[in-house]
Amino acid sequence: MAGVTDSELQAMTQEERVNALGLTTEQLFGRSLLIEFNPDEEERYTYPWAPDIFYNKRFEIDTDGLTTTELNSKMREAMADGSGTIVIKNPRGMHSVGVGILNRLTLEVEGSLGYFAVGLIDGPNVRIKGRVGWSCGENMMSGTVVVEKNAGSTFGAAIRGGDLVCRGSVGSRTGIDQKGGTIIVGGDTGALSGFMMQRGRMIVCGNAGKNLGDSMYDGTIYIGGEIKSCGVDAVPAELTDLDKAWLTRKLQQYELMPDKGVDHFQKIVSGKMLWNYDNLEPNEKKLIL
Amino acid sequence: MCGIAGLIHKGKRSNVGSEMTAMLQALKHRGPDSTGFAVYGEPTEGDYIMRVKCAEREDMESGRGFTDVLAKRIEDVEAILKEHKATVKAKEEATAYALRYLITHDGDTEDMARHIEELEGVEILSLGNGLELIKDLGDATEVSDAYGLGDFQGTHGIGHTRMATESDVDIRSAHPYWAFPYNDVSVVHNGQITNYWIMRRQMEQKGHRFMSNCDSELLAVYTADNLTNNVTLEESLTRSIQEIDGVFTYLVATKDQLGMAKDTMAAKPLVLFESDDLIAMASEEVAIRAILPEEIDTTDPYDEEVRVWQA
Repeated sequence: MAGVTDSELQAMTQEERVNALGLTTEQLFGRSLLIEFNPDEEERYTYPWAPDIFYNKRFEIDTDGLTTTELNSKMREAMADGSGTIVIKNPRGMHSVGVGILNRLTLEVEGSLGYFAVGLIDGPNVRIKGRVGWSCGENMMSGTVVVEKNAGSTFGAAIRGGDLVCRGSVGSRTGIDQKGGTIIVGGDTGALSGFMMQRGRMIVCGNAGKNLGDSMYDGTIYIGGEIKSCGVDAVPAELTDLDKAWLTRKLQQYELMPDKGVDHFQKIVSGKMLWNYDNLEPNEKKLIL
Repeated sequence: MCGIAGLIHKGKRSNVGSEMTAMLQALKHRGPDSTGFAVYGEPTEGDYIMRVKCAEREDMESGRGFTDVLAKRIEDVEAILKEHKATVKAKEEATAYALRYLITHDGDTEDMARHIEELEGVEILSLGNGLELIKDLGDATEVSDAYGLGDFQGTHGIGHTRMATESDVDIRSAHPYWAFPYNDVSVVHNGQITNYWIMRRQMEQKGHRFMSNCDSELLAVYTADNLTNNVTLEESLTRSIQEIDGVFTYLVATKDQLGMAKDTMAAKPLVLFESDDLIAMASEEVAIRAILPEEIDTTDPYDEEVRVWQA
């Protein structure tokens, strides 16, 4: 797969590109290193087909009377035209806004969004002044998303990278299947947060609901308030100086630092008993479950 | 997937009919099969509003002979009303098969209601002093227009847009459900109840009636059973979370209250807006914003959360 150049990729159809990137085969090893960020080639942090944008070029969209498809199309046209700052006005809880943006961008949403807000993004910096519905930032790969008010359930489901921040409280199953990146919650989180978490870190400044970190494979959860209960195979761990330094940096960055600092945070990690299924006898498996 | 919505004005009346229509129309994508409203107007002491369905919509297409069958059913309903010494003060037909009676009645409405429902194909959609329960196939605007709900004034209401999953697309499986025989109590639900048959058998043994195979009807019957045993609405909602299995969020409205309950997994959505004079809730924020276009603060209730508001 290695050795496909930018110009070759650009000349391809979408289907050929998918094939060339190895997305249709099982041989996915090292794809991002070999193709997207090939060390032999010139430094490249964007997709080859990503538009060149200029942050000072601002584009405002009033969503009144627009459908989701029309709004997302307008955003794509604006980005293709070089706009690097897009402002969305009056979204009033519209679903699926800003999904799949794979280039750098400053996106400001002056209102609230509905389900699947800015999912599958790779790069943009997003600020949402209202609240978001279910599955905000689902599968995001990089960039930052800051939600000023509350968020619904499955906040940051299957997130792979970037920082996803909610200043208010979030619903249940936050960071379900998290595979990387950082989820930061200023308020409380609901039941089953960090369910089947695989990697990455989650910080919750408030309380956590029941079954926190249930069946987590790996990753780390930091809780500033009370934990109603931990899930299967989620165990407390010692909060080290390194953890404290990292928490301080992240929370200060997003102005969510609690008055009493970070010393009181509880750290939850995987006990890795479920994870190593193959090393256990059937009787031992039953004991864990 | 279904969409549910509810609103309650504190201490004042408003155009609840058009507000609920706007909210449910915004939730059309969650359930295009049927739409239902339970809205509460000024209670009329001594007078009852009875909404009766004498046929399903598909029955109307079953041939010319059905018109006579329908006419006979309506005649029978009116004969039973007379038998129970209920005086019909007004009669309206929004559609050929759904009728609204305003009746004066002194005796036991439960006996009368049971008697009417013994008629084949006849179901009482609602009975009460303030409740108007309307449900039919189609989206919110279609149903609201057909039943003239647009200018309805009231204090509170709940509604539902249905995506049929476990039972048919018909009016008997549409929400809201009236909590027979409890006057003025209605229920809307989004979710799946997994111990439906166990609970249904229990309820049937206690003498409750089921008119459909829709799992949501169980919540109405369950609520009615609790209210019969002098359990408060809040206690009934709290108990339901432990006693009913599955994933659900449901709303219950009574003459002057509106309550919500969310299951132990918090698997079904609800967004809540609270202010001093209005409380609105819906499966998605987009429905609340249909009546409150300005920026508002909303929250998601957590698992096992129960709330009750007074009108």
